[in-house]
Amino acid sequence: MRYHPLSDADREAMLAAIGVADIEALYADAPASTLLTSPLDLPPHKSEMEVERVLSRLAARNVAAGRVPFFVGAGAYKHHVPASVDHLVQRSEFLTSYTPYQPEISQGTLQYLFEFQTQVALLTGMEVANASMYDGSTATAEAVLMAHRLTKRRKALLSGGLHPHYAEVVRTISRLAEDAVADMAPDPRGVEDLIAQIDDTLSCVVVQTPDVFGNLRDLTPIAEACHRHGALLVAVFTEAVSLGLVTPPGAMGADIVVGEGQSIGNALNFGGPYVGLFATRNEFVRQMPGRLAGESVDADGRRSFVLTLSTREQHIRRDKATSNICTNSGLCALAFTIHLTLLGEAGLTKLARLNHANAVALAEMLEKVPGVELLNRTFFNEFTLRVPGDAAAIVETMAAKGVLAGVPVSRLLPGAGLDDLLLVASTEANADEDRAAFVSALKETL
Amino acid sequence: MLDRPAHIDDFEEAPATFTGNRGLDQEEALIFESGRREASGVDVDEPPPFAPRLGSLARTEPIGLPGLTEPETMRHYVRLSRKNYSIDAGLYPLGSCTMKHNPRLNEKMARLEGLADIHPLQPVSTAQGALELMQTLAHWLLTLTNTQAIALSPKAGAHGELCGMMAIKSAIAAKGEGATRKVVLIPQSAHGTNPATAALLGFSVRVVPAAADGTVRVAAVTEALGPDVAAIMLTNPNTCGLFERDIVEIADAVHEAGAYFYCDGANFNAIAGVARPGDFGVDAMHINLHKTFSTPHGGGGPGAGPVVLSQRLAPFAPVPFIRRDGERLTLVEDAAGTQSFGRLTAFHGQMGMFVRALAYLLAHGGDGVAQASKDAVLSANYVRAGLRDVMTQPFGDRACMHEVLFDDAWLKGSGVATLDFAKAMIDEGYHPMTMYFPLVVHGAMLIEPTESESKASLDLFVATLRDLARAAREGDKERFIEAPRFAPRRRVDETLAARKPVLRWEAGD
Repeated sequence: MRYHPLSDADREAMLAAIGVADIEALYADAPASTLLTSPLDLPPHKSEMEVERVLSRLAARNVAAGRVPFFVGAGAYKHHVPASVDHLVQRSEFLTSYTPYQPEISQGTLQYLFEFQTQVALLTGMEVANASMYDGSTATAEAVLMAHRLTKRRKALLSGGLHPHYAEVVRTISRLAEDAVADMAPDPRGVEDLIAQIDDTLSCVVVQTPDVFGNLRDLTPIAEACHRHGALLVAVFTEAVSLGLVTPPGAMGADIVVGEGQSIGNALNFGGPYVGLFATRNEFVRQMPGRLAGESVDADGRRSFVLTLSTREQHIRRDKATSNICTNSGLCALAFTIHLTLLGEAGLTKLARLNHANAVALAEMLEKVPGVELLNRTFFNEFTLRVPGDAAAIVETMAAKGVLAGVPVSRLLPGAGLDDLLLVASTEANADEDRAAFVSALKETL
Repeated sequence: MLDRPAHIDDFEEAPATFTGNRGLDQEEALIFESGRREASGVDVDEPPPFAPRLGSLARTEPIGLPGLTEPETMRHYVRLSRKNYSIDAGLYPLGSCTMKHNPRLNEKMARLEGLADIHPLQPVSTAQGALELMQTLAHWLLTLTNTQAIALSPKAGAHGELCGMMAIKSAIAAKGEGATRKVVLIPQSAHGTNPATAALLGFSVRVVPAAADGTVRVAAVTEALGPDVAAIMLTNPNTCGLFERDIVEIADAVHEAGAYFYCDGANFNAIAGVARPGDFGVDAMHINLHKTFSTPHGGGGPGAGPVVLSQRLAPFAPVPFIRRDGERLTLVEDAAGTQSFGRLTAFHGQMGMFVRALAYLLAHGGDGVAQASKDAVLSANYVRAGLRDVMTQPFGDRACMHEVLFDDAWLKGSGVATLDFAKAMIDEGYHPMTMYFPLVVHGAMLIEPTESESKASLDLFVATLRDLARAAREGDKERFIEAPRFAPRRRVDETLAARKPVLRWEAGD
């Protein structure tokens, strides 16, 4: 009860001032039948030490990525986060503030969101970005809805290289919003012929690069085909660090670029909270979902920042709003922008190179393991192996040997007949001994 | 001699310093103005020579990102942070936002290596503690609401609304009524997210008017109900800070008409541990973990919006969900072969927020959660009692829940608008209350002090608002029109920002 500042004497005095006998009298509008008459069957309050004990014991039952050779990716990546990032996001003024509705006393949040928007636009090669979304998958679904609004068409074509969970999120919202989706088959080698499927009924084509199997995709011809048919190209990425080394979607003609920003500044967190990135062209900004920070001046003419273009939002447009979203991932966006500021262009480029180098080194070692085939011609820090046997069983056996080897494709695409495929991610966090441990555990297992 | 940095402009009414700084309130350039392309605050190793496998897709153009060294980065963000108001600095009475104390124990727990540094797709055999934690949180939430199933994955309150309404839409489709039930009833006073959610799923919105007392009466609901109605979306306690007296009758009427009852759980802080939404007849309700269970708001998120479901909606819950298999917990990640409506987000939801919420719940216990709700209601009524003779309440002087609603009738003729009053609060060291919401009240001022405030803190707050009210009535207009006078910025021109949007920094600006 240490969080409650009122004493019983305070409560008595307050009740007297209000003019009621007890707190129950304040609940007089609630039908008596709905008020609890006995305490719920829940444990009583615990001391700080006891809470720590309970949660530490739960934590100890999990294998932390930093404790083992770790190669799991497929949409979330183990990267090193500098200590200053976590220190800064824990400053009270960032951590315990609300949405910056009062710009005069929220300039800290508003300025970093403005800086974040600029960084995301630069990184993706687009003109404008919003102040973040929940995560990459929901940002993808929002991009599809935005394409529907812009084209007045209601059918999306999803590449077979799109992260299967992202595709499921799009399908879920589409089915329930009574929109249509056309799906390409899973595409481990990145060779599908999307262009042949593009026609005048599509609002957008959704393509991921690097795709879920790790292949880099040239979006330029797809963008051209989309534009010939009046459709938009939605480009997706799940590994933001890749943008330090590969051609950004904006330079290949994408109209909307969405992705997951977890890789920069944010922990794995068992899947969340993460930070969705969303960028587009200036001409589409009024159909963009989510929050936007903009520049203005105050009454003294000083440069100031403020939330803007809110006439698109649910609190003004209600059932005509561009989305139902009324928040963003503010703190995760802050972590992203701090880490990216620390890296700068020089640091990000180097980090991306190191990721790629480590992945290439690992791929070259694994290619030599008898029975193992590397499917990718190109990749950034993640690639797909064909393994002799059931990848899920191999991963489980290797986990027992203390190596987390990757994501079996069957976990993402159960029943697709891809049980012998394994996604392997390698970042700067992997050292030589981790790669050696992977190879020897794999050889032992096969 | 160095030039002054470009961000230090000549001001129309220049503060009397050369830098624009005012003591601890220091101006801070954008990273694009102070950073350099070659600067970096991290030491990344250069890899040994290797043969890249990027094909033709290696980046050829520079990105244009600035970098700062580590000391510069620290100073940049520390300076920015000092331009923010926060709950750790003072009372934050934003109605419907529940800005309560954020215990640091929660932060410490969320950063335990075994909880923060685990991957959503690592083998579930290596994440049993995480699944157990999610199960435990689910148990608490189901017990507090008396509901039968839960979806943990929604990433915010509005996402939870979407989840709950998706379950409802799926249930209706399963009954073969998808083509006929296309209308959702929503009270006038509802959060804008409610109609936006309904519209997103292809429903049309039928507005239910509020009675003169600010609540929705069963007769108004009955009148709006019909065979075309899929659901009602109702907030209880409502956005006027009032308990919906007819809640049970409304639920009965909705169910009798074959529709579902979605409850917006934004105001659960008033009743957690005191009354259970399942007992009202709720079919689905999201719980804003960041509000009621105190995960930090972080300047606009991340939130977390788990949704509890009645037995009728349980089969339609999204994947993934947890299943107990003897001693072992497993994750059901594939909707095939179930009635689940599918997947809402890539992974399992906001684990980091689950840890914080559970730490908060364990620290409070069942007893402490109930006390928190009661204290929140007590605090709001205490503020009401302290201000009822100087400010006006749109629905008369009656007991409120955890937030108290005033309107601007008492400001009439003073030349001071609600907005001016709010900005004057900033000068007194307070974050303003929620303004102009709910929309059904003219010049609404919604005050939510929460259970975190001491009596002394509430007394000072009330005394300050009384001083301001007196100043407004006595014609001390300048105090309001000119406000804020002592914040890092004076009144910001929101119209200019919207008319000529500048949404990013551009080189050569």
